[in-house]
Amino acid sequence: MSTDTPDTPADDTPSRVELAARVDELEDALAEATDEDDAKKMSIIATKGTLDMAYPPLILASTAAAFGYDVTVFHTFWGLDILHEERSKNLKLSSVGNPNMPVPNAVAALPGMDRMTTRMMEKRIADNDTASIEELLETSLDMGVEFQACQMTIDLMDYDEDDFYDGVTTGVGAATALQDMADADIQLLV
Amino acid sequence: MSAEFDITETLDVKGASCPMPVVKTKSAIDDLAEGEVLEVVATDPGSVSDIDGWASGTKGVELVDQAEGDDVYKHYVRKTE
Repeated sequence: MSTDTPDTPADDTPSRVELAARVDELEDALAEATDEDDAKKMSIIATKGTLDMAYPPLILASTAAAFGYDVTVFHTFWGLDILHEERSKNLKLSSVGNPNMPVPNAVAALPGMDRMTTRMMEKRIADNDTASIEELLETSLDMGVEFQACQMTIDLMDYDEDDFYDGVTTGVGAATALQDMADADIQLLV
Repeated sequence: MSAEFDITETLDVKGASCPMPVVKTKSAIDDLAEGEVLEVVATDPGSVSDIDGWASGTKGVELVDQAEGDDVYKHYVRKTE
């Protein structure tokens, strides 16, 4: 039978003071961990630069920001044009390859057709009071959405860092996007 | 409409469509103090479901009431923290 009593702990048993300190330490770590996970995260990869495909990432980004999410939108390839101050105001709608267009592909392929369908779409957007791409982008920036421009595509397209809206992050690549996706609660490729 | 709460501010988003009613509601709520109620006046029929969804999914806000009038939708959101 053991001769140990609760009043005389063995040498390797932590003392009450040590245990209390350890509990404090763990509680602090827990508070920190739950604090960090407090805000949900969303990561969007925007790869398209047509007028219709520029909307979904911006609408979801601004809405998620309204929900209190930390939002990152990584723009690559044609998606870069959404962040390009000049080009974002001239995004086009393709009339070819979209069966919902009122004209057959053979007609849609004629010169000037994209310009015409883009004008029609722009008129609808204005008539319907739908927010413009610029307005959505500025609103999202105001709400703290982080817009990232893929450095490799900036170089590929021969864009300049100054071409983008103020507040856009440049000098980032796939590893940054992957890290964001790994940390995010929602990941989307648009 | 019930008079169980006082309206602190009114936000007019008539004409605006998705996602602006929600986005502007969020910005307006940020400027209120705890316990105050924001009235949102919208014409977007989608705002009924959207503001409800936003309020249930967002910490610190509570949808107090929604009312449909002549082509306008009114939403009452209280800031709870």
